[in-house]
Amino acid sequence: MPELTLQDIIKPENQVYVKTKLMTDNTLSYCPGCGHGTAHRLIMEVIEELGRENETIGIAPVGCSVLAYEFLNVDMQEAAHGRAPAVATAIKRLWPGKTVFSYQGDGDLAAIGTSETIHVCNRGEQIVMIFINNGIYGMTGGQMAPTTLPNMKTSTSPFGREVLTMGNPLKMTELVAQLPGTYYVTRQAVHTPSAVRKSKRAIRKAFQNQLDGIPGVSFVEIVSNCNSGWKMTPTDSNVWMEENMFPFYELGDLKVNGEIVPKK
Amino acid sequence: MGELRLMKGNEALAEAAIRAGVDGYFGYPITPQSEVIEYLMAEKPFDRTGMIVLQAESEVASINMLYGGGGTGKKVMTSSSSPGISLMQEGLSYMAGAEIPCVVANVVRGGPGLGDIQPAQSDYFQSVKGGGHGDYRLPVLAPASVQEMSDFVPLSFDLAFKYRTPVLIVADGLIGQMMEKVELFDPVPRLTDEEVIERYPWATNGKPKGQERRILTSLHLDPYKLEKHNMLLQEKYRKLEAEEVRFEMIDCETADYIIIAYGSSARIAQKSIQLAGEEGIKVGLLRPISLWPFPKQPIDDLVKKGVKGFLAVEMSAGQMVEDVRLTVRERTKVEHFGRYGGVIHSPEEVLEALKNQLIGG
Repeated sequence: MPELTLQDIIKPENQVYVKTKLMTDNTLSYCPGCGHGTAHRLIMEVIEELGRENETIGIAPVGCSVLAYEFLNVDMQEAAHGRAPAVATAIKRLWPGKTVFSYQGDGDLAAIGTSETIHVCNRGEQIVMIFINNGIYGMTGGQMAPTTLPNMKTSTSPFGREVLTMGNPLKMTELVAQLPGTYYVTRQAVHTPSAVRKSKRAIRKAFQNQLDGIPGVSFVEIVSNCNSGWKMTPTDSNVWMEENMFPFYELGDLKVNGEIVPKK
Repeated sequence: MGELRLMKGNEALAEAAIRAGVDGYFGYPITPQSEVIEYLMAEKPFDRTGMIVLQAESEVASINMLYGGGGTGKKVMTSSSSPGISLMQEGLSYMAGAEIPCVVANVVRGGPGLGDIQPAQSDYFQSVKGGGHGDYRLPVLAPASVQEMSDFVPLSFDLAFKYRTPVLIVADGLIGQMMEKVELFDPVPRLTDEEVIERYPWATNGKPKGQERRILTSLHLDPYKLEKHNMLLQEKYRKLEAEEVRFEMIDCETADYIIIAYGSSARIAQKSIQLAGEEGIKVGLLRPISLWPFPKQPIDDLVKKGVKGFLAVEMSAGQMVEDVRLTVRERTKVEHFGRYGGVIHSPEEVLEALKNQLIGG
């Protein structure tokens, strides 16, 4: 059998994977090993598969994904820190036929933007909210986040998060699941092929809900690693995430079709 | 002639928003301007024109709703009063940076802090010097009547879209609360979705087929790019200074002394110049309508004509007077008079101050 040339390999019939054209060719600004890039790709694949390329407006946050608009090849607005849900509210109200999503990290969505998050989820805006939770402020250099685990070391909790003085980690996703305005609430991960597949299914369901005109927020949390902030190798950070983050932030659906999923 | 109504300033502003074809109003109640959102909710503007009205959870949320809504090329507006406007400064700075049009009305009350709920003009600095962080300016219009509360809404939207900038309407509690006759302009239909897409290619509404997507951001991490962006903004501000100065002059041709006052203070000063005339003192009134860009030229012309002094009358401890002094540059006398903290000066007090500070002093 003759050896495949490059030209053979890139023939459509020989390709096992094609990057969605809704991801730009810009070099990702994320650290190698970070989950943001995978989360970006899944959202863009879903938008492309749903045929919403020309009908979508995304809102970028402040944090590691502040430059998300450099990579997500759709119309984008860059919001102030924490305000993406308010920005998305107006866009969806003024363009009810468009697909609108916000993309935020845990500092953005669960600390400075708590008010907007709660009220958008309570009003039941017809948007998709993507929430990347890595338990730390990555971009500013690894400070404590609202989601930082007890005793976890960060640059502003150098001896570990002391709950008595620094407060408890906030389970924002459990909180919004209780609100009548959320329709679909789920927590996923992107650190293994199987987790990626499940995340994509969840993201597709979220966007499909909006496309079907179902009132209410579809809220997808993705628990992700921050190997730089956690000061670990990417592999170690994924192991640490499984051992420490997942027991606290349990993966799976919290609310489906407007109904709370009972805890197993 | 348009429809005549007896209305509060706040109500006239709200009715004008519906008639001007505004697509979305996002607001949060605060005295003394809550009538704006109350009027809008009661009028069911969605049934009248398709206009959306939403009560937000905070002024922070409402200004960021404007950031989103204005970014889509639709006409969006909010209103508030001083403490609420302070909360909006971050959003206004982002919109100035990302060049997103919107209209924000400030029905000013006494400060600092919670202050009181009485009329004041103590937000002048915040309004005309930018207000939030960064090098930017916002066009600022100051209505002095209920009529202008109505008329300045479509004018503000014209400026907002022509220059892609937030525009401030800075009134005060007196203009917002008092009732006057107002001639309402004929309704202008809202733009259709197709018209919005056609007119504002910079706006986000879904990437057009075969074209580049739109990115609205105020972030430029490369300092050289940010400097260039700032230079473009500065060009816009110079253009506004050259083309959008608005003012009114009363009895200035023959005047020895000039009162400079805007909004409610200008209404009060009209009576003061009349009282002065009865005493044989020739006083004119220069009323800035655009607080920024500030009417420097007419002040300069009056200095060159040889007026003996200017009295800046404002319901503040002296804010606009600084801009008057910057223009006059010590060529003649400039004094300030004003009651503040929510106290309104009387025409007689203004005349007294003029006599004491300019003539006698």
